Amino acid sequence: MDWDWNFVWEIMPTLIQGVKITILATILGSVLAAIVGLGIALARRSENRIVARGVGWFAEFIRGTPLLVQLYFIFYVLPDIGILLPPLVAGVIGLGLHYGTYTAEVYRAGIDNVPRGQWEAAKACNLSGRHTWTHIILPQAIPPMIPALANYFIAMFKETPLLSAITVLELMNQAKSVANTYYRYIEPMTLVGAFFLVISLCSVVLLRWLEHRYGRIER
Amino acid sequence: MSRLPRTTANDRKFYTQMTGYLGLILQGALVTIELTLMGSVLALIMAFLAGMGRVSRFFILRAIATVYIEFFRGTSIFVQLFWVYFVLPFAGLSLTPLQAGVLALGLNVGAYAAEVVRGAILSVGREQYEACTALNLGRWQGMRHVILPQALLVMLPTFGNNAIELLKATSVVSLISLADLTFQAQVVRSQTGSTLMPFVSVLVIYFALALIISWGVRTLERRMARGLDGVRV
Repeated sequence: MDWDWNFVWEIMPTLIQGVKITILATILGSVLAAIVGLGIALARRSENRIVARGVGWFAEFIRGTPLLVQLYFIFYVLPDIGILLPPLVAGVIGLGLHYGTYTAEVYRAGIDNVPRGQWEAAKACNLSGRHTWTHIILPQAIPPMIPALANYFIAMFKETPLLSAITVLELMNQAKSVANTYYRYIEPMTLVGAFFLVISLCSVVLLRWLEHRYGRIER
Repeated sequence: MSRLPRTTANDRKFYTQMTGYLGLILQGALVTIELTLMGSVLALIMAFLAGMGRVSRFFILRAIATVYIEFFRGTSIFVQLFWVYFVLPFAGLSLTPLQAGVLALGLNVGAYAAEVVRGAILSVGREQYEACTALNLGRWQGMRHVILPQALLVMLPTFGNNAIELLKATSVVSLISLADLTFQAQVVRSQTGSTLMPFVSVLVIYFALALIISWGVRTLERRMARGLDGVRV
């Protein structure tokens, strides 16, 4: 067990290539999760019972099954019905869908936290359903959820190594290919771990700031 | 194989093959269950050690617990598993895939659950601690007989969620060649070329296991709450 700094510098450019893809996947996945979550949260409040119940069960199912199997499903089953996706796109859809079911709960809590009086006031002002949502409810509901949403995005970031299983060349996959080429596991694996640790320690600071700025979500 | 002419013999062959593959998947389910159970036990032990370490009087215990928790929550389970499986052998500690899986899962989920333990202990009201002092209970006695029984009830629902997270995380061990559900789904996929059957059945099994866990935790919660009427709202 010996640590070789020269080897570290040699593999650094490859790993940084992977870091870029990891970050790209996280950002795209976060955007998708934010949209999917809002969609699920709104659908679960729908007046159509079947839609509300169906979407509720679907979200429950997604949340109860592993992301890895969902990624395999998107990557291997969808091509059979004619939808051929590049690995990164499949990965982003998987991340977005999986974490969308989590962010949906955050949206739900945020929307429930808007006082009843606001709904009644919107009705009194004769606002339509759409205007009530876009001008009254969501602008008040979203800022307090930002810390909780960010928390899930950080969790998502830590799950991106799973994308290596569907051949996305992100950080973990680059590290694995480097390790298999040179048959040295210590440096690449430790660097990947260190990278994730550094980013998530930084994100703790960011999260504290967000909580300070946007208030708490719990109540 | 489904393109063979439809005769009774071919149908029978198809069914025996499919039940054979289903058997493979069920074997995988057993490995997943085993891994979930052993991982949960380790996670529970680590959660109590680290959670109580974080509320300890001694700085050194608090520091160790904090480092453990931040480290394992900060790096992902995937990286930890690969590190345990591929790097530890260089340090002279070779683990079988099952041991590596249990170790990584238990330590990872244990770190998350430790925060739950800490939060639950802190959520018990001040007056309970004062009552312990008034009754001349030692720190450990008070913890054991007064604080923990109440805190346990607060922890339980979140522990259930953690157990489901652990169950879902077990799928990752398929990548270090442990023959769990996900691994068997891949085996069936590569042997038959059929994708829908293995993945849908595996998803359904995972979901059923998750439902069983949440049902079990809810039952346990109801039973434990029975003796504590009036203590908590």
